[in-house]
Amino acid sequence: MADLTTEFLGITSPNPFWLASAPPTDKEYNVRRAFEAGWGGVVWKTLGAEGPPVVNVNGPRYGAIWGADRRLLGLNNIELITDRPLDVNLAEMTRVKKDYPDRALIASIMVPCEEAAWKAILPRVAETNADGIELNFGCPHGMAERGMGSAVGQVPEYIQMVTEWCKQYYDRPVIVKLTPNITDIRHPARAAHAGNADAVSLINTINSITSVNLDAMAPEPMIGGKGTHGGYCGPAVKPIAMNMVAEISRDPQTAGLPISAIGGITTWRDAAEFIALGAGNVQVCTAAMTYGFKVVEEMISGLSDWMDEKGYASIEEFRGMATPNVTDWQYLDLNYVAKARISQDDCIKCGRCFAACEDTSHQAIAMSADRTFTVKDDECVACNLCVNVCPIEGCITMEEVPVGQVDERTGRVVSGDYSNWTVHPNNPSAAAAQ
Amino acid sequence: MASSHQASGIRPARLSAAEIADNFADLHAPFDAHEAAVAADRCYFCYDAPCMTACPTSIDIPQFIREIQAGHADSAAKTIFNQNILGGMCARVCPTETLCEEVCVREVAEGKPVEIGRLQRFATDQMMAKGVHPFSRAARTGKTVAVVGAGPAGLSAAHRLAMKGHDVVVFEARPKPGGLNEFGIAAYKSTDGFAAREVAWLLQIGGISIEYGKGIGVGLTLSDLQTGYDAVFLSIGLTGVNSLRAAGEDKAGVRDAVDFIAELRQAEDLTALPVGRNVVVIGGGMTAIDAAVQSKLLGAENVTIAYRRDRSAMGASRFEQDLAASRGVKLMFNVMPRAILGAGAAVEIELEYTEVVDGRVRGTGETVRVLADQIYKAIGQTLQQAPEGLEIDGGKIRVAADTGRTSVAGVWAGGDCASGGDDLTVTAVAEGRDAAEDIHASLMG
Ligand SMILES: Cc1cc2nc3c(=O)[nH]c(=O)nc-3n(C[C@H](O)[C@H](O)[C@H](O)COP(=O)(O)OP(=O)(O)OC[C@H]3O[C@@H](n4cnc5c(N)ncnc54)[C@H](O)[C@@H]3O)c2cc1C
Ligand SMILES: Cc1cc2nc3c(=O)[nH]c(=O)nc-3n(C[C@H](O)[C@H](O)[C@H](O)COP(=O)(O)O)c2cc1C
Ligand code: SF4
Repeated sequence: MADLTTEFLGITSPNPFWLASAPPTDKEYNVRRAFEAGWGGVVWKTLGAEGPPVVNVNGPRYGAIWGADRRLLGLNNIELITDRPLDVNLAEMTRVKKDYPDRALIASIMVPCEEAAWKAILPRVAETNADGIELNFGCPHGMAERGMGSAVGQVPEYIQMVTEWCKQYYDRPVIVKLTPNITDIRHPARAAHAGNADAVSLINTINSITSVNLDAMAPEPMIGGKGTHGGYCGPAVKPIAMNMVAEISRDPQTAGLPISAIGGITTWRDAAEFIALGAGNVQVCTAAMTYGFKVVEEMISGLSDWMDEKGYASIEEFRGMATPNVTDWQYLDLNYVAKARISQDDCIKCGRCFAACEDTSHQAIAMSADRTFTVKDDECVACNLCVNVCPIEGCITMEEVPVGQVDERTGRVVSGDYSNWTVHPNNPSAAAAQ
Repeated sequence: MASSHQASGIRPARLSAAEIADNFADLHAPFDAHEAAVAADRCYFCYDAPCMTACPTSIDIPQFIREIQAGHADSAAKTIFNQNILGGMCARVCPTETLCEEVCVREVAEGKPVEIGRLQRFATDQMMAKGVHPFSRAARTGKTVAVVGAGPAGLSAAHRLAMKGHDVVVFEARPKPGGLNEFGIAAYKSTDGFAAREVAWLLQIGGISIEYGKGIGVGLTLSDLQTGYDAVFLSIGLTGVNSLRAAGEDKAGVRDAVDFIAELRQAEDLTALPVGRNVVVIGGGMTAIDAAVQSKLLGAENVTIAYRRDRSAMGASRFEQDLAASRGVKLMFNVMPRAILGAGAAVEIELEYTEVVDGRVRGTGETVRVLADQIYKAIGQTLQQAPEGLEIDGGKIRVAADTGRTSVAGVWAGGDCASGGDDLTVTAVAEGRDAAEDIHASLMG
């Protein structure tokens, strides 16, 4: 069996699956159950400054998007940071870390954007013997209105400043948790890097409204007839999170900056994909909140079985392997030509490919009277839409047109030479460069 | 009460009221909203969907399923009723396994079609439960149409005609409307008085009056109607029955299956309905299956269907055959009745094995005897008293396909009594609707 032991910032955990800072990690009781269930580490629910804790709403905090059979696809929340007193949390963290020395325990922190506030809390966190801290610059609701959370995460200068304070007043690893509610994720990541962060973690939740109640004419979840935007997470956000992880991973300015990936991780495969894009470990929230702590068992067995199959002895062996293959559009090979192929043996004759291509794409699928569907090579641009709408996996595939053969659509012989937009004759800048 | 199975002769109360209630519950339980959403999600929204072509009333199935998916079952119900005003009954009785669901691409691909029938029931039930009738009449045309027979064909025609603004009078020989929906369909397909409720709901359109105990040959002639109305639509079904031509056919215990079923459908208390201990049903269609299954459900000990050809020739679908088998009915193939034995009342039936030579069934000479204190004849219904002057085609009133015009101008026909189409509820609805459209076009043209 593959060894899932992970060294992240020098913090060892038996597997790369950590629970993200959220309700599953809000108190000793939950965290002990999580460790018993097999989780490799936890990021404790975000701590606030000393004093009266924040208060949460007393109405619904969550909204959701479901598939037809109530599979939860996306979750939205308007919860704030921990609403329990700081010293209670710190005492619990101390006890848990002592009892589970082999698991990672990270303190998530959000205090006002003033040096004194950070200087005050950091020594107290250090006393718990937590393995590191995570700076919550991501929470998009409630705390942001008070100048914290994503209000900090959206201003790179603040990120750098606070990170520097933390590096100054705390001697264990500092992870900066990024908000996705920003145009270009590389800027906050670069700021964290510039502030000497040991790692970034991402994503926190995405600003969202999950539904509108059409009788009450108000967004949901509704509190006394009103609603507010909340933070979106769960399977639906994974593609967005993956892009952000990849952008940081391949940015020369942040190259080598460790990443803890978060966002929609539900199965081993999700984790493997993030790791292939460069993440050193992963954090999970919604999957645990949906199915309970037992989900980690499938993540562990799935990942290690797959690694055995592929011959990877440790996570480091495949970490980041996909990053070099993430490129900009302009570098994609314009001489690569493919065509859709419909397997008549697998086709169930639903005609969805036909409707999609005929109505909305390139009129490249022919339909016969007996419902046989075939691709017209002289029209197919290989857009892949038919593959995506076909209900039968593997029925329609994209086949590369071999070099030397004629592309019936363009009448040109497929060239084996790599050529991209930067040198394409239709590109005005390419022409200018010549 | 196990001993009641074994009590000989034709007797009531073989089972307790609770067992009977259980046995005659809905064959397919209705979907709840969540089940409907999940079932609807399986639909691929096929292009030029095969199911829609297979439906004799051409309901836009992908559309109504999508409307269910999108949480608007009222729209789904309207989509269905637009094409098929008896969409509620059809959802219960259509042999979907040989119609829409047979050609569903998921049936072809995985042997598990989208459950179109049950989804249709979900949509139509919920609208009918609200008492909403989604259609209203066009401005009155001043034209009158006589419809003869209040079965599915007649009701469908009457509704469409009333909607177009014509005034419709339906003449029905029986004291109740619905035709075989009320008197023929198996009780576990149309539970809780659905047939009657559906007619009441359909009549909410207005402009339709029904005169019971009247009809052609029942106080009226075709020419009376031709003179009194601008058009006549005949939907009198098939009320005659074929005879068995076996010795002893007149013995007590031998009966037409349709009469037994009609009595069963009208029974206030099924425990009071007598049934034999050893029941043999002669025939191979839906009527045979229904008579056999319902005998079993009433508590008969042994029920056998004796069919003269092989399984593949059976009119009843494989689903219906399996339903019978699962209820403990024995299916015998390639046998025909020779004689009914017993002193006065039937005790046994002698069957002769058959073979098919040049397409014709003939006896092999080998016989077998089966205990039978009750024998139901389910060997097909025939057209009775076809009004004079109408051309007949294969024992039915000859009509033009798509329009339902008979050989006599001003007279249309549809449903089981008319030529063409399968003898199914849904076909009767389609033919009634299409004839109504043609009548409307003729009257207004
Ligand atoms: C036992 C049985 C089970 C069946 N099960 C199914 C099933 O599960 N699914 C399915 O799709 N189909 C089934 N069928 C077939 C289906 O019931 C018929 O195809 C359908 O009812 C035909 O409709 P119709 O309107 O033409 O005739 P009918 O339903 O027979 O209606 C004819 C009406 O006309 C009246 N009438 C007759 N003569 C006169 C007259 N001279 N004057 C006035 N009124 C008259 C009758 O009283 C009756 O009300 C079954 C049939 C039988 C017999
Ligand atoms: C109810 C709820 C509360 C959360 N609270 C916090 C928090 O206090 N601090 C924090 O950094 N992130 C918080 N998050 C964000 C999660 O840690 C995580 O970044 C996000 O949910 C994406 O991961 P997922 O798709 O696995 O859920 C919260 C998420 C949820 C659903
Ligand atoms: S790949 Fe795109 S263009 Fe080609 S057949 Fe499929 S849908 Fe049409």
